[in-house]
Amino acid sequence: MTEVTMTVNGESVTKDIPDNTLMTGFLRDVLKLTGTHVGCDTSQCGACVIHLDGSPVKACSIFALECDGADITTIEGMADPDGTLHPVQRAFRDYHGLQCGFCTPGMVMTASAMLDHTPKPTEDEVREHLEGNLCRCTGYHNIVRAIMAASGQEVAGSAAE
Amino acid sequence: MYEFEFTRPTTLADALAVLKDDDEAQALAGGQTLIPALKQRLAMPSKLVSLTAIEELRDIRATGGVLSLGGGETHRAIAHDAAEAFPGFAALAGQIGDAAVRTRGTIGGSLANNDPSACYPAAVLACGGTIVTDRREIAADDYFQGMFTTALEEGEIITRVNIPIPEVSAYVKFAQPASRFALVGVFVARFPDGARVGVTGASEEGVFRWTEAEAALSESFTPEALDGLSLPAEGLISDIHGSAGYRAHIAAVIARRAVAAAH
Repeated sequence: MTEVTMTVNGESVTKDIPDNTLMTGFLRDVLKLTGTHVGCDTSQCGACVIHLDGSPVKACSIFALECDGADITTIEGMADPDGTLHPVQRAFRDYHGLQCGFCTPGMVMTASAMLDHTPKPTEDEVREHLEGNLCRCTGYHNIVRAIMAASGQEVAGSAAE
Repeated sequence: MYEFEFTRPTTLADALAVLKDDDEAQALAGGQTLIPALKQRLAMPSKLVSLTAIEELRDIRATGGVLSLGGGETHRAIAHDAAEAFPGFAALAGQIGDAAVRTRGTIGGSLANNDPSACYPAAVLACGGTIVTDRREIAADDYFQGMFTTALEEGEIITRVNIPIPEVSAYVKFAQPASRFALVGVFVARFPDGARVGVTGASEEGVFRWTEAEAALSESFTPEALDGLSLPAEGLISDIHGSAGYRAHIAAVIARRAVAAAH
């Protein structure tokens, strides 16, 4: 067991954990933040993407002890405390960017990290950036539309009423 | 996953000391290959020595016509910070894995693993790079020794990679559709004294230089210079994703594309 301290969604947490604890286990089992999903557990599907010091990482492929001292944001930290959704979350709702919703936390985290450094991406850039996030429901079109809308750009077709 | 101890030293000296003291200890760079391997129980280290807190392994600079990268630099940082000095190399780094993998994966980790489908080896070999470790410097031509095999000794850590910057260069990757690893990847580089071509993903022996293409491109650095030149299929990988003949064909096609794209 080793002690780890990090900031998760703005709050400092310190825990004693087994050395081989992955971030997915730390977030879900220790902190009970179950919004970070475990899809493939092999670094392929992207359902577990979180932000590590502002950059996207797959929580299934990083040990909690590697995050000692880091600033972590999970899907639970995206909306404002009063429940106001993050612009990317709102766009996913408005443009039907999800069906079953399993991949959505990872999609939102990947998309928001992209928009932080590429505020006005092209559609091709969005699709390329989603390379590490799999969705088996939507066929991606509405996810791409949602991200384009979240970036404040024109989107063909109207948002859902 | 097996149980192991985890340590995250802040100096190279401390990391080397742990690795020297314990034969079963293993260095952990970005972990984007090793962590999945641990889950599959393909590796069973007693101790993981994380290199991610070692500041001296983080550095990107271009001086005297050489791009010099700390072994702990991530694909993401290289794609961004090396773009001005060496656009061909930065563009290659920006195509590795996906955005999340690029945040963690490092050039030292990738070169130490020497996956036969990894992207960096094509560029480092094509440019005649030098792999600097805690104990010596190794020329790229001597470093890559076959699939997952390198000149590295037990407990040796890549501290820096020095890559001569060519006049023009480009990398074209023909991605395997599921994994997005290179089914074949070709890096072409034109230097004042000739052209060099590195091919990854294709050979049973790992990355290699396509010397016939180098000779042709040294005469004339144009796609047409490669007309009529084909890569022998013998010794190339045949698997569910493509036969040896297919890989040979793809290599010749994307080599032309790389020459056309080089800038």
